[in-house]
Amino acid sequence: MSTVDESVKAKRSIAGRIGEKVSGGVLQFVLILIGALWLVPTIGLLLSSLRSTEDMSASGWWKVFSKPSQLTFDSYASLLENSDITRSLVNTALITVPATVLVIVIGSLAGYAFAWMEFPGRDWWFLIVVGLLVVPVQLALVPIAKLFGDIGIFGSLIGVILFHVGFGLPFAVFLLRNFFAEIPRELLEAARLDGAGELRLFVRVVMPLGGPAIASLGIFQFLWVWNDMLVALIFTDTDSQPITVALQTQVRQFGNNVDVLGPGAFISMVIPLAVFFAFQRQFVSGVMAGAVK
Amino acid sequence: MTPAADSGPARKDRTSPADDAGDVTAPPGPAPQPKNRRFKSVTGTRRSIALLFLLPTLVLLGALVVYPIGYSVVRSFFDQSGGSFIGFDNYETLFTRADTKAAINNNIFWVVLAPTVATVLGLIFAVLTERIRWGTAFKLVVFMPMAISMLAAGIIFRLVYDQDPEKGAVNAVWVGIHDTFAESSAFPKAHPRPNAPLAGKSGGPYLTKDPVKAGGNVLLPLVGVAADQMPGGAKPAKQATSAPNKVTGTVWQDFTLGKGAGGINNVDSTELGYPGMKIEAVKGGKVVASTSAAADGTFTLPASADGARLRLPASNFEEAYNGVDWLGDKKFFTIHLGGFDLYLNIVTTSIMVAYIWMWAGFAMVLIGAGLAGIPRELLEAARVDGATEWQVFRRVTVPLLAPVLAVVLVTLMINVLKIFDLIFIIAPGATQDDANVLALQLYRSAFSEGNEGLASAIAVLLLLLVIPVMWFNMRRLRREVRR
Repeated sequence: MSTVDESVKAKRSIAGRIGEKVSGGVLQFVLILIGALWLVPTIGLLLSSLRSTEDMSASGWWKVFSKPSQLTFDSYASLLENSDITRSLVNTALITVPATVLVIVIGSLAGYAFAWMEFPGRDWWFLIVVGLLVVPVQLALVPIAKLFGDIGIFGSLIGVILFHVGFGLPFAVFLLRNFFAEIPRELLEAARLDGAGELRLFVRVVMPLGGPAIASLGIFQFLWVWNDMLVALIFTDTDSQPITVALQTQVRQFGNNVDVLGPGAFISMVIPLAVFFAFQRQFVSGVMAGAVK
Repeated sequence: MTPAADSGPARKDRTSPADDAGDVTAPPGPAPQPKNRRFKSVTGTRRSIALLFLLPTLVLLGALVVYPIGYSVVRSFFDQSGGSFIGFDNYETLFTRADTKAAINNNIFWVVLAPTVATVLGLIFAVLTERIRWGTAFKLVVFMPMAISMLAAGIIFRLVYDQDPEKGAVNAVWVGIHDTFAESSAFPKAHPRPNAPLAGKSGGPYLTKDPVKAGGNVLLPLVGVAADQMPGGAKPAKQATSAPNKVTGTVWQDFTLGKGAGGINNVDSTELGYPGMKIEAVKGGKVVASTSAAADGTFTLPASADGARLRLPASNFEEAYNGVDWLGDKKFFTIHLGGFDLYLNIVTTSIMVAYIWMWAGFAMVLIGAGLAGIPRELLEAARVDGATEWQVFRRVTVPLLAPVLAVVLVTLMINVLKIFDLIFIIAPGATQDDANVLALQLYRSAFSEGNEGLASAIAVLLLLLVIPVMWFNMRRLRREVRR
């Protein structure tokens, strides 16, 4: 009985091993193909941005493989001399950094309050904030444009920043409240016994312990705002527009503006890609947690 | 698992039994004992301080998120100028006007197709990458597009979808495949001179004016193929050596660039043959013999061609295949549903591909995390019982992953509902109406058309569609908060 079992097993394992080798090879090949397929569009953009407009209107980017002499930084050079573009790059930073910092600070305050303070209806208030997590940004465009117009910040950097903070807060409060709630009570009690006040407790104990969650939130919010086009399209004017808005004005004449769009798109991608490769862990948890937005 | 990775949708990865167990041990509803201990011992905060911590959040959320909800709901019942109450007219317009109907139609396909395909691809990638050593590198590549803006992705895919096969990558590949399987004609511009022995309307077919005889030598001179368009294998044209009982001849480009040397209708050594040109012998409307020319343009037909006229079929002269207009408005299919036609067009499909390129990585990473949580022993047990890999996948892995798959699908659906940038950037002006979706229509209604009533109605519709998810999130959280 056992010998039969073993021989069957042995037979299966030899056949199985051969099968595994073959299918393993096929699998690797298929995955390499898919990976290449996923990379090609981005490589196409990069190579397109490194060719002259004349070359681009004559042939596809893959021609550089047979004619590497076509590669040139001319488009980048002229793009960086274009004051509209450089100003919009600065605007992108001027919008993104405050919108990220404010969401972290304001969201932490509320997250801490929801996690450790006692006040009537606390859990209900928190539930309402969580419910706001999925409210579409589109809903607010018309009313907020009116509101900002009335108080005179329509078209300004402050307006876009405020909008992004408002729509970043539900996720921030949700993420941070859950994280802060896991802080061991003993730590907070010890600090309290040492005579720390509410603010001191928050700044010295809660914020530092919240590091990982704050990093995830920061990266998610940073990328969200950096990559936004729709909100900025409505709430900025030509002086305050970020790079995404500056580029989209060129899209209608796509063929004629490839020399601006190619390098412009690539420059706008550099920071997000750097963040992606440098902070993969936090990026993944941030994107996974915040994707409902 | 860190608390960070443990929050948000990822939190749903944990199968509900864990949560249920918590509910079983603790009585349902608020548990006053631990709650009191927690708050008295740590803060004992005055309410004014709590309010101070919450104030910025409440003010901003109230002004920027809650107020717009109320405003939109009210505004959606008023007309374009906002002056008069019109009840549900804006909502009726939404389902009757051509552009809003197109938007709803496309949104339906977006919500059904894009999340499903992205999730299925994510599942396949997640399962396959578990079996290779460089799985992390693969995941990195597929996940990368999540980091970039939809604007950049849009520009990337505008390049990919360029109609000109010389410039657009997809059409370059598409035309390449097409030409491999369907023989392309090499001589789209070739045509006879007015006084040549051939005649026919432009674009072919061209027929000899006189019947041919066995043993005779036929000359079929054409012109019009540019020098750089001549097939690479073309050799200098030759006079065919005539043979008894056979019809022989030459088909060639009767023109020498720059020289004009040689006589018209004369085979000169400076002139090139038309390799591969198809020649048919036609007698009484029927093809009795056919052949194609050699590199030097010579051809031979059997005796049966005697007395027939020679024809150069139109297939020789067809314009080169130019690929597909990926951003065009061609419809794949239309389903008639009462007064509403459901249709899927090619521009929408192409933009969906760009979206899937961006978001399949998201599905893959979430599903991969769920996969890592499946006990290996379960899979091993199934394999020991003789299940094939497919059966293990179908009967064990997928059912265990069902909660994660549902989360991914729902998240993507919400995301797709609000799709705007990709369509705004990829769809060219000519077909933007055909690629329309609700979010784009809202933008157009509010900021081009100046119809805030209709825009508000669209906004309210979008909100109504996400309310089930809102409710689900709150319900799930209420349990967790109370624990």
